[in-house]
Amino acid sequence: MQDKLNSIPVRKTQWKFHGGLKLAGHKKQSMQTGIATAIVPEQLIIPLQQHIGRPAKPVITIGDKVLKGQCIATLKDPTSITAAIHAPSSGEVIAIETHAIPSMNRQTANCIIIKTDGEDRWLPSIKPVDNPTSLSSDTLKQLIIEAGIVGLGGAGFPTHLKLTAETKPLDTLIINAAECEPYITCDAVLIEEQADKIIQGIQIILHTIGIQHCLIGIEDDKPQAIQALQKALATINNHTIQLIQIPTRYPAGGEKQLIQVLTGKEVPLNKLPHDIGIVCHNIATVHAVTEAIKEGKPLIERVVTVTGDKLQQPKNMRVLIGTPMQDVLNECGYTESNDQSLIMGGPMMGIHLDSADYPVIKTTNCILVRKKQKQPVALPCIRCGECARVCPANLLPQQLYWYTRAKDLDRVQDYQIFSCIECGCCDYVCPSHIPLVQFYRYAKTEIWTQEADRKKSDHARERHEYRQFRLERKKAEDAERKAKKKALLNKKQGIKTPEQDSKKAAIEAALKRVKERQSEQAAIAKNTEGLTDEQQKKIDEVEQRRKNKLQKEKLNTKLEDN
Amino acid sequence: MLTAIIALTVLAIIFGLLLGFAAVRYKVKSNPVVDQIDALLPQTQCGQCTYPGCRPYAEAIARDEADINQCPPGGESTIIALADLLGRDPKPLNAEHGEHAEKTVVYIDENVCIGCTLCIQACPVDAILGAAKQMHTVITSECTGCDLCIPPCPVDCIHIIPAIDETKKVHVELPQTPLLLNEME
Repeated sequence: MQDKLNSIPVRKTQWKFHGGLKLAGHKKQSMQTGIATAIVPEQLIIPLQQHIGRPAKPVITIGDKVLKGQCIATLKDPTSITAAIHAPSSGEVIAIETHAIPSMNRQTANCIIIKTDGEDRWLPSIKPVDNPTSLSSDTLKQLIIEAGIVGLGGAGFPTHLKLTAETKPLDTLIINAAECEPYITCDAVLIEEQADKIIQGIQIILHTIGIQHCLIGIEDDKPQAIQALQKALATINNHTIQLIQIPTRYPAGGEKQLIQVLTGKEVPLNKLPHDIGIVCHNIATVHAVTEAIKEGKPLIERVVTVTGDKLQQPKNMRVLIGTPMQDVLNECGYTESNDQSLIMGGPMMGIHLDSADYPVIKTTNCILVRKKQKQPVALPCIRCGECARVCPANLLPQQLYWYTRAKDLDRVQDYQIFSCIECGCCDYVCPSHIPLVQFYRYAKTEIWTQEADRKKSDHARERHEYRQFRLERKKAEDAERKAKKKALLNKKQGIKTPEQDSKKAAIEAALKRVKERQSEQAAIAKNTEGLTDEQQKKIDEVEQRRKNKLQKEKLNTKLEDN
Repeated sequence: MLTAIIALTVLAIIFGLLLGFAAVRYKVKSNPVVDQIDALLPQTQCGQCTYPGCRPYAEAIARDEADINQCPPGGESTIIALADLLGRDPKPLNAEHGEHAEKTVVYIDENVCIGCTLCIQACPVDAILGAAKQMHTVITSECTGCDLCIPPCPVDCIHIIPAIDETKKVHVELPQTPLLLNEME
């Protein structure tokens, strides 16, 4: 056996990344026992979105009975950044409502809430695949999509999106087993207990992508895990998978840092590992792939390290996704108190939680209960440059700090804020205790907000300008229509038909008569003011005569007519 | 002496013609500064700056008639961006024009709406849908929150509600800024 072990060489790496820190591991406390299995809680709270991208679409309704492993939310199309979600245990869906999810700023999200029935009954239609390498790449990818597997290392990026080469052909698969943050040991214990499954998973992924080269990067402070991997590798007798031991240095588990340490290649600015032919998967993700394909088990549980100085029984536990953290902590001797802080993740990059009322999600690798650290008062920056020395992304943290402080976000982007991985090294070494990472988070989110605002305002400008244009066009159209109408009228009047002529003559004659009568009456009305009685009498006489004469004439004409 | 005068005169004529040609050939139609300023304004068209819309305000800034701190919806970030563009010092928002508030949109209470179309005519971005004697509704995604539709409404059925902002969900506040060295005692 020893010979066989020796036949699997553990290479040491010759490269390193810039900066980083040597941190105290605190890993022993949670590695006293093997992986325990957490009890099935009464209620499971499963967020529809557990990673960047879009939330999944529920396919069950309130009141439905579900079985363990049944798909409860699915993705609309396989290219979107979404992953399917499955019922972690059997029971009844009692609600689909918003619930607090573990996040930087107390976000809420839609969650499916399942009341478990305690039977933990599996879906009967589960079909394990014995020989995955006999299947085609597309079939395997489809199985991985259906199992809802996401990266279990940190960000939870859906795994199926990292199984195809989009722009450049891939040549190397890197398996991240570095687990560089203090306290966290879930990957290490998983390797110790399930090394065989991990190696099988690597073979499945290699087959799916269609490449022949794999590097496993593991920190040298996990000798037992390294031995377990060696043993598992010895059984398959395959030299495509190389085990590489890397020095323990935080953050060696960062994707770009690990690539640099293992291959000496640097991922270019604003590019992804894909662009240099590399794809990176976490060791726990690989394990989940094996379980999904060889056992037909979708991603419904994960190993979580529950640890910290404030816990009586720190340990690693296999926890169902959606289990409230309170239930998990209760199994580890947790007592609530004010002098401890609760963190999801490690002490460097973890999310501080205000209570244990959050569910375990697919990316919960650790629940840490620590003595509350007093946040020291931030002092002025003295430009010592320590932060630049430790920055693993090769940035100038103090420049970023000054420009963020001045809200000069253009400059912040010039200094490549988006290359910052928020590892917290600069925070850790800052002698003035400036919360640098928080400044960077502010800058990043503020840039996103402003970009969204700019898009919105551009859209509003377009609409406003179009409205202006529309109003003007309407005005012009109205004016044009009016002019046309007038022209048409004029034209009509210009052409004289005989009928129109006679009519016109009749009208004109009538008008003439009216005018005559008016002038007659006007003649009557003239000089009627300030008359003497004598004059009035004379006028009346004349008037009478005239009227008589007119009547006579009228009578005559009437007689003549008759 | 004479050759120098002739030479310089000829040169002056050549360059004069060249400049004259360039001025005609490469004439800039609209004022590029106005476009640049307009691009930084939030385009709510709300008129709180006392100008009838964002572009008129941009033109006023370009003519040096208006100050850069008259836009409440844009707030601090717009003032900083304008100051940056125009090479001036940023200054706090002029309170006369209003305060920078959270983003809002309007909502029409459809039970009360009488279908008068006055709000439709007031909306600068055509974000209200409806017709005479038909119920009106606001297209929320297009509403800029300028509130210009509220005064014309004869039945007061338009209400202001907070806008749903996806980016705000993840937004992290600026931590308390440490002092500068020279501010220490």
